[in-house]
Amino acid sequence: MIVKRTQLTWWERLYLPALIGGFKVTLRHFKNTITGRTRVTQQYPEEPTKVPPGYRGAPYLVRDQDGDTKCVSCQLCEFICPPKAIKIIPPGDSGLQSDRANAEKMPREFEINMLRCIFCGFCQEVCPEEAIFLKQDFSLTGLARGEMVFNKEKLLSLGGTHAGIQKWKHKLDEAEEQETFPIQT
Amino acid sequence: MDWNFLIFAVLKIAAVLGVLMTMVAYAVLAERKISAFIQDRVGPNRVSLPLIGSIPIIGPLLTRWGIWQPLADGVKSFLKEDFTPSHVRKIYFWLAPAIALVPAFLVVAVIPFGSTLGAQKMVIADLNVGILYTFGIVSLGVYGIVLAGYASNSKFPFLGGIRSSAQMISYEIAMGLSVIPVFLIAGDLNLGGIIDYQAQHGWMILYAPLSFPIFLVSAFAETNRLPFDLPESETELVGGYHTEYSSMKFALFFMGEYANMLAGSAMMVTLFFGGWTLPFAGLDTAPALGEWWKGLLHIGIFIAKMLCFMGLFIWVRWMLPRFRYDQLMDLGWRRMIPLALANIIITAVVVMLMNS
Repeated sequence: MIVKRTQLTWWERLYLPALIGGFKVTLRHFKNTITGRTRVTQQYPEEPTKVPPGYRGAPYLVRDQDGDTKCVSCQLCEFICPPKAIKIIPPGDSGLQSDRANAEKMPREFEINMLRCIFCGFCQEVCPEEAIFLKQDFSLTGLARGEMVFNKEKLLSLGGTHAGIQKWKHKLDEAEEQETFPIQT
Repeated sequence: MDWNFLIFAVLKIAAVLGVLMTMVAYAVLAERKISAFIQDRVGPNRVSLPLIGSIPIIGPLLTRWGIWQPLADGVKSFLKEDFTPSHVRKIYFWLAPAIALVPAFLVVAVIPFGSTLGAQKMVIADLNVGILYTFGIVSLGVYGIVLAGYASNSKFPFLGGIRSSAQMISYEIAMGLSVIPVFLIAGDLNLGGIIDYQAQHGWMILYAPLSFPIFLVSAFAETNRLPFDLPESETELVGGYHTEYSSMKFALFFMGEYANMLAGSAMMVTLFFGGWTLPFAGLDTAPALGEWWKGLLHIGIFIAKMLCFMGLFIWVRWMLPRFRYDQLMDLGWRRMIPLALANIIITAVVVMLMNS
């Protein structure tokens, strides 16, 4: 394509129209910003960011409605985890009794290295007990590498509670959601 | 030895330098804030002082305005590692920042920044050849940049140095030629004399309306401000002549640029906008011996006028894109210099006709 270059008029070649135009644009932006009519910047730490639903943040362990550990130490998440961020120490032969009556065991230790975690959500996907969820936390900080390895206690305290096992109900909901178009959030 | 003169000269130098450094520091802040507002941003609003920051309303407000930002900037530039790359030419590399900064401060010496305070004239050096001195010193400013470009011994600073030498030399001609009509009209090279003339006959911009725009554009080019910031041009030359510099040496270049802007503003105020005078309320004459408040007011007027020009310097930065190198040369040599020459001839003819 050939761009047609029109000859500038004498008036335009004086730079003055461009100058005046520039003055107008900058003045408008200056005025609107200083009076608060345009507000683009979010003052982040003071104004917390709301992440959209379905956001995949840090994975935490959850408790059930009775305050019991839901994790049964099956180690599926440990095996599925692509960056090998999860490390589970099972209770062993005559180890820790589980909190719940209907569960066989629970992990002795459950560690997630948040520096390795890639927030893929496979652990949540694979968990048969709905014991691990990707929450909305995205700003994880620590002063040392060791601080970024979250142990079972920390993960449970951060995770909160999640009632019962509703996996198959959720699966059904998800399947139904995928049938409808466009996908509702 | 006239001790009285010496003491007052030292006092004036200390005061001017103090005010100038403060203004440089806050010019940087103003630049950042105004730039931010023009670009729909908020600008620096985080630095807070321990005690003042906890005063109920004023503390957070000052923090939001970024009043303490220059302090943080200053401390930062001192505490950063002063890195000298192994490939540089050491002596020139160390010399260049000083050479870039000093001329900007020297220019201020001849500028009358106020009328009188007591029996003292508010000018550090009341030179009869004030403007010639100014142009002599201003032309030294280019050496700092060229030397930095040469001493850094790498591609981008070198290109920046080359560009600045060509740019500053060509625009200096236009700048020098543009002020000649001012002296033709005023008949005095002393800057104080020019202010006196303006106090009696009205501001020089009315008599030399073409000189001012030429001087203004040249001043932008001389101080390496956009749209003439080819020596720096971040987008193409990384940082231009100061790419290899860090810490306080970089800060010296930065301060030099802003001091140059202040000196340029002061020159424009002095030459074209009546210096410390205002044409009403009896503010255009030097005060009597007892009227010290009037002397202070004159200094205030001068600084206020200067700040207007600083605002213009900052504002124009976001209005115009950078010139291409050939456009810059074209504007300098084929537009500005002939225009300035024509301006001199017309003014000379008019002055001659008026006098005869």
